Amino acid sequence: MIYSDKVMDHFNNPRNVGVIEDADGVGEVGNPTCGDIMKITIKVDDNDTITDVKFQTLGCGAAIATSSMVTELCKGMKIQDAVKISKQEVAEELDGLPAPKMHCSVLATDGLKVAIDDYLKKHGREPLAGEIKSADPNFDPHADEDDAHHDDED
Amino acid sequence: MTRYLDYSATTPVDERVLEAMMPYFTQEFGNANSLYSLGRDAFRTLEAARESIAKNIGAEKPSEVIFTSGGTESDNAALIGVLNKIAPEGGAHIISSAYEHHAILEPLAWLEKHGYEVTLVKPHTDGHVYAEDIEAAMKPNTKLVTVMHANNEIGAVNDIKAIAEVAHKHGALMHTDAVQSIGKVPFNAAEMGIDLASFSSHKIYGPKGIGALYMKAGTRFDPIIKGGGQEKRRRSGTQNVAGAVGFARALEIMMEEFDTENARLAALRDSAIEQITARLENTEASINSGDRLPNIAPLLIKGVEGESMLLQLDNLGFAVSTGSACSSGSLEPSHVLLSIGVPQEVAHGSLRISVGRHTTQQDIDDLVEALVPIVERLRAMSPVYTRMFCS
Repeated sequence: MIYSDKVMDHFNNPRNVGVIEDADGVGEVGNPTCGDIMKITIKVDDNDTITDVKFQTLGCGAAIATSSMVTELCKGMKIQDAVKISKQEVAEELDGLPAPKMHCSVLATDGLKVAIDDYLKKHGREPLAGEIKSADPNFDPHADEDDAHHDDED
Repeated sequence: MTRYLDYSATTPVDERVLEAMMPYFTQEFGNANSLYSLGRDAFRTLEAARESIAKNIGAEKPSEVIFTSGGTESDNAALIGVLNKIAPEGGAHIISSAYEHHAILEPLAWLEKHGYEVTLVKPHTDGHVYAEDIEAAMKPNTKLVTVMHANNEIGAVNDIKAIAEVAHKHGALMHTDAVQSIGKVPFNAAEMGIDLASFSSHKIYGPKGIGALYMKAGTRFDPIIKGGGQEKRRRSGTQNVAGAVGFARALEIMMEEFDTENARLAALRDSAIEQITARLENTEASINSGDRLPNIAPLLIKGVEGESMLLQLDNLGFAVSTGSACSSGSLEPSHVLLSIGVPQEVAHGSLRISVGRHTTQQDIDDLVEALVPIVERLRAMSPVYTRMFCS
């Protein structure tokens, strides 16, 4: 199992680490038992554009790198586009992820989706992402395992 | 420059071992089964290596040592070879422990699928498998007990003699995986009263690709590798003479340097544990007392993920190991740590430092200096560290 240079770059120099104190939306996914936890905070302007984003992650190299990549991808995007960022897109931007690590990129995109819905709910608007499994404190990543392996074969 | 601190994974071949092996690649290359003098010389060399290993593991006869390709083959041969012979139709019961190496657990799972019964006894939180727990698991059809001598992740050393007594009292054979223990803690097959034991050369500064199975004379066995009938029909295949010479020499050096080297390693182990637990809050050794290997410092660094630590240490040139889920390609953290009662969220932060022949105090001091800021940085990046540990 070998990480690409791009994964190692984002792991060694993660972009946008931290917490936005007066965030418009907050998303937290994963739990300590499964080993990966990600928290993402976003600022959104009146045109629904993500103007700032920061993350904190407890997890492996892939978890940190995918979190970092998601923050880079979504900054400057409309929330309607950002909510559609897929785990495949994140993995591709990182020049690929080893098969057993694909579930890490799910966590990163899930975190962003939860933050976007949090923003929408605070403004009395309809959520875009809906139910996110990994936001459940009893989230079981094993449920995703087969799925993750299929992705790598694409 | 890599500072290698993963001697439980593998070791570099000792120069003295390499020197002893060299003639057997290009000059004395004969097949030990050939009748002409080149073959007879190879045979004599092979038997001298066997005799040396037999003496150093406390076998009563050299013929009790069978050369194999390594620890995994020895484990497979011991379990499958014995059960195929004594209970070819299945139905026999085997007792083992929950924290064995996969080279034991996987053959056991295979046996279970093929009509055998398996009980895995849990080790205690002190890291040891207790003879009384083995006794409690006994059934009328128990035919084999296999418990590792020393655990490869936490370094706990089990009282195999006591467990062998229980096995024999109930008419079962006793096997132990001694891959991690040989040369590091006393081992004497006859005194321990075991029937079978597995060894590997590359953990003791010998070459990879060679190991041995100790099998007490008279043990009933059906070879798993069948062919030309080498190793007295117990393991077919042309013998690896250079490998056997290297393995024997490696074990001789371990025994010659046993007292001084193991005391030196234990001091390095203790220094690593003391410094890391003193410098970093919320860290502890998963076991830190009782009978254990001199060279493994098994640490739990709470609130960080093991693979992140490993990769960042690697950036600075330190090679260590972790039992975190993410390093293994599975989603479960180390079965060893879970078996001794370490909670999942703590097991993700395991760090195994294993020291060896070339490790110095400076290496340990430098590792500590490198590790402290890495852990602090990873904890600062965690969304839950404060919530989990500082409330």
